[in-house]
Amino acid sequence: MSESQPLSRLFEEKAKAVSAVVSTVTSLEQALAHAVDLCDKKDACQILVSGCELPLSATGEALCETKQQKILAAPGLEPKLFAKLKELAAERGILCIDTGMRQRLGGVDIAFTVADFGIAETGTLVFDSNSEEQRLATMIAEFHLAVLPVSKIREKSFDLEEELLALLQKSPSYTAFVTGASRTADIERVLALGVHGPLELHILLLED
Amino acid sequence: MQTAKDLKEYRAELREALDNEFLRQAMDKFAVAYRGSRAKAFAGMDLKGLIADVAQAKDGAAQRMDELLSEFTAKAEAAGVKVHVARTALEANEIIAAIAKENGVKKIVKSKSMTAEEIHLNDHLEGQGYEVTETDLGEWIIQLRHEGPTHMVMPAIHLSRYQVADLFSEVTQQKQEVDIEKLVKVARRELRPKYVEADMGISGANVAVAETGSLGMITNEGNGRLVTTLPRVHVALVGLDKLTATLRDALRIIRVLPRNATGQAISSYVTWIKGCVECAPAPGGKKVHHIVFLDNGRRALARDPLFSQVLRCVRCGACANVCPVYRLVGGHKYGHIYIGAIGLILTYFFHGRDKAKNLVQNCINCGSCKDVCAAGIDLPLLIKEIHARIQDEEGHPVPSTLLAKVLKNRKLFHTLLRSAKLAQKPLASGGFIRHLPMIFSKEQNFRALPAIAPKAFRDLWPRIRPEVKGARLKVALFSGCVQDFVYPEQSVAAVNVVAGRGAALDFPMEQSCCGLPVMMMGEMAAARDVAQQNISALDPAKYDYILTLCASCASHLKHGYQKLLGNDPSWAVRAKQFADKVIDFSSFARDVLKLAPEDFRPGGGTATYHAPCHLCRGLGVIEAPRDLLRIAGVEYKPAEEEDVCCGFGGTFSIKFPELSAELLAKKLANAEATGAGTLVTDCPGCVMQLRGGLERKGSPMRVRHMAEILAQQIK
Ligand code: SF4
Ligand code: SF4
Repeated sequence: MSESQPLSRLFEEKAKAVSAVVSTVTSLEQALAHAVDLCDKKDACQILVSGCELPLSATGEALCETKQQKILAAPGLEPKLFAKLKELAAERGILCIDTGMRQRLGGVDIAFTVADFGIAETGTLVFDSNSEEQRLATMIAEFHLAVLPVSKIREKSFDLEEELLALLQKSPSYTAFVTGASRTADIERVLALGVHGPLELHILLLED
Repeated sequence: MQTAKDLKEYRAELREALDNEFLRQAMDKFAVAYRGSRAKAFAGMDLKGLIADVAQAKDGAAQRMDELLSEFTAKAEAAGVKVHVARTALEANEIIAAIAKENGVKKIVKSKSMTAEEIHLNDHLEGQGYEVTETDLGEWIIQLRHEGPTHMVMPAIHLSRYQVADLFSEVTQQKQEVDIEKLVKVARRELRPKYVEADMGISGANVAVAETGSLGMITNEGNGRLVTTLPRVHVALVGLDKLTATLRDALRIIRVLPRNATGQAISSYVTWIKGCVECAPAPGGKKVHHIVFLDNGRRALARDPLFSQVLRCVRCGACANVCPVYRLVGGHKYGHIYIGAIGLILTYFFHGRDKAKNLVQNCINCGSCKDVCAAGIDLPLLIKEIHARIQDEEGHPVPSTLLAKVLKNRKLFHTLLRSAKLAQKPLASGGFIRHLPMIFSKEQNFRALPAIAPKAFRDLWPRIRPEVKGARLKVALFSGCVQDFVYPEQSVAAVNVVAGRGAALDFPMEQSCCGLPVMMMGEMAAARDVAQQNISALDPAKYDYILTLCASCASHLKHGYQKLLGNDPSWAVRAKQFADKVIDFSSFARDVLKLAPEDFRPGGGTATYHAPCHLCRGLGVIEAPRDLLRIAGVEYKPAEEEDVCCGFGGTFSIKFPELSAELLAKKLANAEATGAGTLVTDCPGCVMQLRGGLERKGSPMRVRHMAEILAQQIK
């Protein structure tokens, strides 16, 4: 613990440097409440997905219309936690799902996940993304909210070599490093967040 | 893209690019910003060590290419992937089209892949009736505009927000605001349905890890994740050079690539894919996954003793980011598909001599690319080598053959220089001349050119040679042509500084031009010949140091000769001994003579500095000249971009005068902005360029070689 303390601080610093929003929680239950809060407060008066307010082509518009309600996606969450999350979400009129992302490709509000590892040096989250639902949720969500247990933080990618090898050697396997929100600088090198994936990345450091 | 038939057409295109105000400003801003963010990204890291790690990992992989390919294939196929190897671009295109056909594909989404650009994959697939959509924002923009990329990482860097807004208005049939944030969102919404409808996703890969059979993809936008997740078929097109032995090697590359590319510690996403992952709409819920490895000359490159290093390239684009010529003319003119220094080289191998022949002449040999290369590739050397090969294949142009012939015969060369002095007589005025006899071109008018001196340094030497008793060092002076025949006063100044400080100077008369100009013109045989003459003339066993005041000569004597003669058993040892003794003037004055403030008079006025390419990058000498200015009692006023090329580049300024003039204009503006009285530098070539430019402008700023400043201030 004494060793992971400075690492979590380094992680926080580096993640914030790439515009991630970082806060701390002491339990998964607290993280669930945070997720529902975040979803509730997000664009309080609008359920439209990002970009849909702009003038679009007919096909672009059509996909916008598929979303009618605030949605929180949490694929891969333990059944008990998911049930809890669903309950909390329902109280605020938020739809909580863990499957069927392909029917929601227009977008969902929040993807809630638990990261497998963190790399402090770059503020990176590591996910075993074998599940298609998980992969999709973290791409189509406008905000990605990830819980990272502090004990899973290493300083450098090299320090994770063994664990990564184990992930990559699984057959098949899809593993993702996620650092900050989806970004582009393709127009005049001006940084813009959320070009294809999440507009915001929120990280909850879980002190375990 | 290269369409010019000859150098003349190419130059016309360059002039057009120079007139593009937006491009020029965007590139200037980018060049300056990049330098800062790269430095920040590597702060506190052992950059040289990181680069050496990448070079070593990639070299090892290139040597074991086929072995790694089998290892990768076995692992990937065990995970359900079908691995193909395409020997040529056409084969790769056909394999991918066949996969599309076999799977009843209609629509395809792509994530960014330079390898796909290399083989013109989109054209091939569209020709077969498939709808192909690029999903990387920059790639989508240029696809809609039917253009090629102008940067390997930022393909649409040449376009303004206005152009993008117009383009998107056309695509959506709705008027779009000129607001980058909003335009990005429009792309988000317009591209999303494309993923939904696509049956096949095509991606590239940055690494293919043999020990696990996984592909690694580095992306920022996240489109790569959608392309490899939503459609039921995934085809990855991967150059054989992307194979790495271990995950560790791949992680090493990932540590350097984004930092070097954009100054990011890491890209937003790094995605590792192995085998046929879960995919709901695919048969059996498993992705149909093919990997097409592209050879297209890579296997042969791996066996080439000189060029195998190009396979180290990780496509970070940094060699373009720092290139002064790229900065002036942009990627459409400084590359074909691949861009920047590496682009000049790859164009020759992947797209042919016709596309490469003009490009390779446009490198000013400033060494900036080599200095930042993520993989430590000796890019300028390889560019020159290709220039030479193209000349060997297509025939050498007359001026280059002539110069080669003349240089091989020192006496003839020196006689010609002396008679040039006579020919110019009526035109010379105040040390400047409008046209040196060999340059009858109006385009050279952007700077005044100097006259050949009345007496060459070699003719002055017998008179001024200092008598030194009890010398502790034996030093041979190598003057180089410019200081011998144009600026002998600089060499004389050096003699005055060195004399009486314990070093016995010698000026061996058999020395000739260092040979860099012929090497720049692609005359390798003559370059070798002259190198041998000079090593014989300045026998390294006789001297402690070989001192030169010309940064270009120094760097060529020190590094160029070893490259030219290192593989020749009868010369390799002496070339190395010779190189070890070569020293530039500033380092010699500071570190060997150990000149101190007590040696100088106070009140040396103000000066700014121009760092010659071949000194700061060629020899890695950075602090010595700045220290010397302070030691000599001169107030040093740093200028912006001191280490950016002045645009001389020897024959470059004659071939591409309009580019040379632009580089010079920038350099002078930065120097003058310091308000210093004198502009000091360490290379007579730079002096010629800078002084000529200031003279033409009528500027009061004076240009001095470091030796002249020291001679003026020394007690
Ligand atoms: S040596 Fe200089 S001019 Fe030539 S490619 Fe490299 S950076 Fe560009
Ligand atoms: S040659 Fe070097 S600097 Fe240029 S793209 Fe390749 S790795 Fe990057």
